[in-house]
Amino acid sequence: MTGLKEPLRGQSVDRCPLFLPLGERAVTVSFGDTIDEETNEAVIRVADSLRDHPFDGFEEAVPTYRSLLILYDPLVTSGDRVEQVVAERFAAAEQAARPARRWHIPVYYGGEAALDLESLSAEKGMTQQELIALHSSAEYRVFMIGFAPGFVYLGGLPEQLHVPRLPKPRQLVPAGAIGIGGQQASVNSVAGPSGWRFIGSTPVRLFDPKRAKPFLLSAGDLVRFEPVAEAEASELAVRAARGEAVVQPELVA
Amino acid sequence: MTSVQDKGRRGYRSYGVSAAGPMDWPSMALANRLCGNSTEAAALEFAAMGGTFRAERTIRFAVTGGDCDIRVGEVPVQPGESHQLDAGETLRIGALRGAAWGYFAVSGGIATPEVLGSRATHLRFGLGGHEGRALRAGDKLPLGAPEGDGALLRPASPPAAHRLSDPIRIVLGPQDRKFAPEVLDRLSTEEFLITAQRDRMASILDGPDLPAIDGHDIISDGAVPGAIQVPGSSKPMVLMAECQTTGGYPKIATVISVDLPRLAQMPTGTRFRFQVVDRPTAEEAARRQASALAALLDSLVGKSTGHLTSEYLLSCDLVGGIYDPEAILMGRAP
Repeated sequence: MTGLKEPLRGQSVDRCPLFLPLGERAVTVSFGDTIDEETNEAVIRVADSLRDHPFDGFEEAVPTYRSLLILYDPLVTSGDRVEQVVAERFAAAEQAARPARRWHIPVYYGGEAALDLESLSAEKGMTQQELIALHSSAEYRVFMIGFAPGFVYLGGLPEQLHVPRLPKPRQLVPAGAIGIGGQQASVNSVAGPSGWRFIGSTPVRLFDPKRAKPFLLSAGDLVRFEPVAEAEASELAVRAARGEAVVQPELVA
Repeated sequence: MTSVQDKGRRGYRSYGVSAAGPMDWPSMALANRLCGNSTEAAALEFAAMGGTFRAERTIRFAVTGGDCDIRVGEVPVQPGESHQLDAGETLRIGALRGAAWGYFAVSGGIATPEVLGSRATHLRFGLGGHEGRALRAGDKLPLGAPEGDGALLRPASPPAAHRLSDPIRIVLGPQDRKFAPEVLDRLSTEEFLITAQRDRMASILDGPDLPAIDGHDIISDGAVPGAIQVPGSSKPMVLMAECQTTGGYPKIATVISVDLPRLAQMPTGTRFRFQVVDRPTAEEAARRQASALAALLDSLVGKSTGHLTSEYLLSCDLVGGIYDPEAILMGRAP
């Protein structure tokens, strides 16, 4: 690596933003070293700014916990120019207020997908009702989407519900299953293997490629889980199967 | 394993859906253009072994990516140029030699429905292509309306070949700081091996250990094809066309986009070296490759039947004697 000239190499890791190239078509912009709402909010503001006012050669912006991946066309622009634009946007986006969306996701805490409701309640020394009340009392934030189409990593899980993942993942967990993994919560967006613990299911489909808007949630959205009875969940499931979104977000200033 | 691929899905990474698309984009672009298609058309990508195909209408087709035996009925034909397949005739595409991924394009393209704006099959999530999966014997695929004048085409001069000994160029980062200088040095001083653990998501390499300074976990961040992830096993994994959009392992370096198809095409067991370059060098390589590919695609000329035109022979002379027109003449179908 001797002889390489990287403008930011050697500078403080704490410098914000920090540009970390992925070859010549993408760059990760690091906003900090911690997972917190403020850092994540800054990431999403810059992502929004780039999507609303794309620079020549901009392709995609992928917000994650504390960094933003930017894809660009090196035939149109250069990595140096992208970094310059992003540094300017970073400064401007500090002030921009961004209205958040809050989703109320109906959850039936029971049935086939509540694979761990009983054992987890016992493990935590609480009744199932107490566990459900705790899970549905918190407000969650979509820190990022990854792993699978529409799979949201939700922060805000009450500490009493933090739980290690299973040593051996289950082979098939259905779409809509409500999961807990480590310090995070999520909703299974597609059926698949998972080592998370599951306590219920929602009829809402976070991903449906046939829907006009295939993905429901975006990074930066807020989520609340609302307990519903089995009958209501089944009714909503019928509508969701027809391609209806079933839920609409509330705008939070 | 054969799947429908097009240029890939754009704009859904922030929702967890990577582009998919071909492992070797220039080869697929050439196959399409040889059939009069746009480079964006959907074609079939196959791993190692082609297959047997029949069409209900007369089509033009081309096979690219590597050398392999191709027969129209009983007649052997060449990869890298287009041929006619009459309605009901049987096309057999054999095993690739010296390459891992082949492309089979047909005039009009494969017209399976678009999912999230693309026909590319995302095998892991069952999206796009033919029912979201790899093809099976007996599958029937819809074809689009052919474009162009129906001429059978070949490049005016043979595409430039790479030497296997050429290193695979990488740009350090994004998480090169997680590795000690002597570990980073191993990247360019030691040999790596393409193992059999490879698919459209990633290619696992064997080679020197690449331990990270304080563990192989990072706060998950964005990933792209070409990124070299180093998990706890400390054996590097090069992410490919269908990779996850985010990942929690440090990425020591990224293969430049020009060299990624070459890495993808290396047969299992190939030993190679990496060469660290800076980003401007990678950008210059991308520009050069784009103009070389555009020149190749613009250079396609009509094939004469049975013999080479003087125009073709003259164009071969221009490439400076590395190429023997007689060999092509001998190898062509009678």
